[in-house]
Amino acid sequence: MPKTKKQSTHLPLFILIGILLVVLSGMVDELRVYQGASIAVYVIAISSIILLTGYSGQVSLGHGALMAVGAYAAAVLRAEFNLPIILCFVVAVLAAAIGGALLGAAAARLSGPYLAGTTLALAIGLPSLANQFSILGGEQGLPFDVGFPPLALGQDFTQYKWYFWIAALAALICMWTTRNILSSSFGRSWRAGRGNEVAAQLAGINTARSKVLAFTISAGIAGLAGAMLAMTIGTVSPSAFPLALSFSLLTGAVLSGITTLGGVIIGAVVLVAIPEIAVSVTDRLGASESVTTNLPGLIVSGLLILTVLFVPNGPVEQHRARKAKHEAAVSNTKK
Amino acid sequence: MSLNVSNLTVHHGAICAVNQVSLAVPTGKLAAIIGSNGAGKTTLLRALSGLNQPTSGVVNWMGETITGQKPEKLVRKGISHVSEGKSVIPELTVRENLELGAIWRKDRKELNQSLDEVVAIFPRLGERIAQRSDTLSGGERQMLAIGRAIMSKPKLLLLDEPSLGLAPLVVEQIFQTIRDLTIQMRLTVVLVEQNAMGALKIADLGIVLNLGKVVAVNHAQALMEDPAVRAAYLGY
Amino acid sequence: MQLLNTLLIGITAGSIYSLMAIAFVLVWRSTRVVNFAQAGMALLSTYFGYEAVSRVGSFWIALPIAMIGGAVVAALVELILMRLLVKHASSGPIAGVAPIIATLGLLGVIRSMITMIWGGQDLRIVAPISNNGFTINGSTLVFSPLKLLVLVAVVVLLILLSILFQKTNLGLALRASAHAPEIARLSGIKVDAVRTFGWALAGAAGAVAGLFQTVNGNGNFSPDSIEFSLLLVSGFIAAVIGGLDSLLGAVLGGLFLGIAISFVLMYISSALFFIAPFVILLIVLFVRPQGIIGVKAGRRA
Repeated sequence: MPKTKKQSTHLPLFILIGILLVVLSGMVDELRVYQGASIAVYVIAISSIILLTGYSGQVSLGHGALMAVGAYAAAVLRAEFNLPIILCFVVAVLAAAIGGALLGAAAARLSGPYLAGTTLALAIGLPSLANQFSILGGEQGLPFDVGFPPLALGQDFTQYKWYFWIAALAALICMWTTRNILSSSFGRSWRAGRGNEVAAQLAGINTARSKVLAFTISAGIAGLAGAMLAMTIGTVSPSAFPLALSFSLLTGAVLSGITTLGGVIIGAVVLVAIPEIAVSVTDRLGASESVTTNLPGLIVSGLLILTVLFVPNGPVEQHRARKAKHEAAVSNTKK
Repeated sequence: MSLNVSNLTVHHGAICAVNQVSLAVPTGKLAAIIGSNGAGKTTLLRALSGLNQPTSGVVNWMGETITGQKPEKLVRKGISHVSEGKSVIPELTVRENLELGAIWRKDRKELNQSLDEVVAIFPRLGERIAQRSDTLSGGERQMLAIGRAIMSKPKLLLLDEPSLGLAPLVVEQIFQTIRDLTIQMRLTVVLVEQNAMGALKIADLGIVLNLGKVVAVNHAQALMEDPAVRAAYLGY
Repeated sequence: MQLLNTLLIGITAGSIYSLMAIAFVLVWRSTRVVNFAQAGMALLSTYFGYEAVSRVGSFWIALPIAMIGGAVVAALVELILMRLLVKHASSGPIAGVAPIIATLGLLGVIRSMITMIWGGQDLRIVAPISNNGFTINGSTLVFSPLKLLVLVAVVVLLILLSILFQKTNLGLALRASAHAPEIARLSGIKVDAVRTFGWALAGAAGAVAGLFQTVNGNGNFSPDSIEFSLLLVSGFIAAVIGGLDSLLGAVLGGLFLGIAISFVLMYISSALFFIAPFVILLIVLFVRPQGIIGVKAGRRA
């Protein structure tokens, strides 16, 4: 049973983690630092799915598209108006959030496969729109340059390290905010609506509004992730947001535990690690070109199926459930 | 004794819902199982029809051991179960629901005959034969559910709380119909009910279940006169 | 003339979407699951068809072979994946979402494996009959014997399937198993076997969709070909527009979608090719949330 006393915001914990990451980034090589940045991006993106799907029970296959909205918003502002980078990130969040609000309003009436299919259509349709408008850069896309690290950090401070610091900071802020949102009354009303919508309505929760709110917030977070992704790649283009990205996010969320915000890091690490593992496996086996390029996709998809089958609620939740079952059995035999 | 249950135990996860229950129902007789909510009556019935797997114990029907066999198989052996609540598929028509009962039967020609028989017993179903089943009232749905069970030419009929949620007048009708069917079609019937009075009135044999255990077995008339039973379940 | 052509293009494309939509509805009606891997299985069946054509040389023999292959694959998926899913992932917050995620994963697996086995390049299946437009009074219609064939195939399939579902015991068993598996079991129906059959039917329908989609275009296909992404999305949207529960709805939904997209492309902008299905879906769901033939019982899956 959740305690009703005011839960702490855990701010000191996050600050501590931040300091740890700063220290770590100085100790590892460039490749790892870059991967760290990618992991941070996934952390942000996956938490948006956990909020929407795990807590609010709505399946979206279009979060890749929402990431694209955020990324393009940031890139356009930067390329056309050269606005300060912080502002670009903020706009990314807002633009994606607006998109999410619209999508959520349309989605409030849908559930299950209907919602999934609609967002699927969006995921396929939206990125291709970029090809039509020259301001969005067409096929090649737009550059997104966050600029060099400030001189105050020293001559040896690399670009990738800068990316990592920005992404990690964004991830920490995002996680802290999300955590607090989820443990607030919003989080509770989402969980209530997910479990039994009629009961929730009877309890006075405006489920339609809370669903739209969930979509809006989730989209905003995805937009931030998109902008971060653009930062690490240096450009935005339709090919950076394929359907596979939306699937990867879903996979990451399921791996983390669809309701376990704390498990996000698991999903993010796995998603970043898979291409590497795939490459080393195919190198060792000396496999053909077509196997190499397709193995990561195969592993991700296969992992998704296996996880949903055998660890459906995520490793953390599974462990908790197993413990609870064990404790119940022990106390039963005591009777 | 056509139905023989020995030391049947059924678990719901960690909870023991049916605890070493034994009972015997003679051929052609109606046995009423009464008891309060959570007594294990529904679980017992589900174990008899194969929907739930018993943990231990033996169920014997017509001399054959049928413990743990699947419902699909048991239907073909003449065991029909009308489960509690929604035993009718609302999206199908009345006719389709009835045909469902006979779907496994190989004797195609006698199907229409069976249909006519059911309509004769429940004329209201005949009136609504082509309508979707979600247009039926509660009482009519219960009739439809029983009608479907009859379509499978049962020899053992398991009924789970047929009176649930129905108006008193309709309940009387249903109970009377069940009694008539038992006699006319020479069925063996196990009737699970919370409406203890109504059930015992039409039954030959009565069994009282409490917390998964049998606490009383007797002729229905004797149970109705038993002061302990009266106090606990009959309200006087 | 342009109007007529636009209409005909829409009808042809739409009839292929209908085939895909039929596959979705078949799975939905028999197991209450939306199989997002449907298009992947259709793609796989197309490869089966390709192999058959390469060896036997006849499209007409390849078609049933692909259908059987599609049916077998679908049955295997149901037997292995779906049953495991029911066993392990039926509770907790994941329950509603699990089949969606699993079939999506399957889609990815199928696509990857196809690319690994056959490679990512374009392969070709040649149309069995002429795809040259009929001529009326000297001008050519965008309607050919091939497109007529597709249309006829859809109608025939619709009629056959409707008869199956409404008039046969097997159809009754399929419907009962989908709506109320427990009651079905108590009626003596082997629900598991029936569900597998429902999937097999869908697999066969998907195979037809995949093959016709290929020969209706320029005959080229590959794992990443945009046609199959479209088939997936449009097939699903067509099924939803029609009201996921109805085969007739699937056909009407497919035709409606095909025609609508065709008109959008011709009269508004051809750049809207990818976003049009999404917008049309939203409009339909807004105006008539239960779909063309759906019954108003709330859109809860």
